[in-house]
Amino acid sequence: MQLEYFLLLAAALFCIGIYGLVTSRNAIRVLMSIELLLNAVNLNLLAFSNYLDPADIKGQVFGVFIITIAAAESAVGLAIVLAIYRNRNTVDMEQFNLLKW
Amino acid sequence: MNLAEGVQLVSLIILGAMMLGAALGVVLLKNIVYSAFLLGGVFISMSGMYILLNAGFVAAAQILIYVGAVNILILFGIMLVNKEEPYLEGSRVWLGRAVTGLVCLGLFGLLGAMIVVTPWTLSTAVAAGEDATVEIAKHLFTDYLLPFELASVLLLMALIGAIVLARRELLPDDGQAQPALMLPERPRLAAAKDLAEQVRR
Repeated sequence: MQLEYFLLLAAALFCIGIYGLVTSRNAIRVLMSIELLLNAVNLNLLAFSNYLDPADIKGQVFGVFIITIAAAESAVGLAIVLAIYRNRNTVDMEQFNLLKW
Repeated sequence: MNLAEGVQLVSLIILGAMMLGAALGVVLLKNIVYSAFLLGGVFISMSGMYILLNAGFVAAAQILIYVGAVNILILFGIMLVNKEEPYLEGSRVWLGRAVTGLVCLGLFGLLGAMIVVTPWTLSTAVAAGEDATVEIAKHLFTDYLLPFELASVLLLMALIGAIVLARRELLPDDGQAQPALMLPERPRLAAAKDLAEQVRR
């Protein structure tokens, strides 16, 4: 029964992350929501690794890879936010229309 | 239910409540600095859950990388771009939030139903437990060697990309002597003029 608890927690965290991703106006808060999404996926992987594949823990290897990717993603994302802030002088998502037309 | 399972369940409930509360705070609080610190709380409770899942190495990596690097990076980002600005609220903002909340609740319902209904075939093999780190190392250097090397290349690309993106644009040398010990930077005035031209176009 414990597996379901972890999966439900991960699903709840994922939904909170999506809500933040859609409704945030601040670009940095959007980045934080993406981190929440990645963490939810990681919790899923580790739960499966512990309950379905405990001897040959491949899920944990995937977890380590996802942590690596998340670190790279947040570095590049913050650099993009800084570059946009320097050009537009705002971090409001509604005003980023450089690629709109 | 013996003592160990009870302790596990209680710690799972406490960690889950901490995680969900902190995550809601990250998304809902007005002040973004509070959000950033609560994000650290989310990461720490996630790491506790990893320990409950017999994944000590990943828990340590989570604390080192997420709390130590990503969270600090986000705090620095907030310090660099934090400007008090009144967001112009449209009249229909509440409608968008309500629809988004409904969609997210629906998604959670769907996922939850799927999780509860699916008959998981739990494995009965002996858990790796303390030897998890050794097992991870074996995987990384045998069957996951190529992804491991690709991850290092990806990290290098992210490093270079972040530097290139965050660096200020350099002016072409126009004969003016730069003051010593200063990087030649594009003046703010020129950038503003460029922006005005862009907007006019």
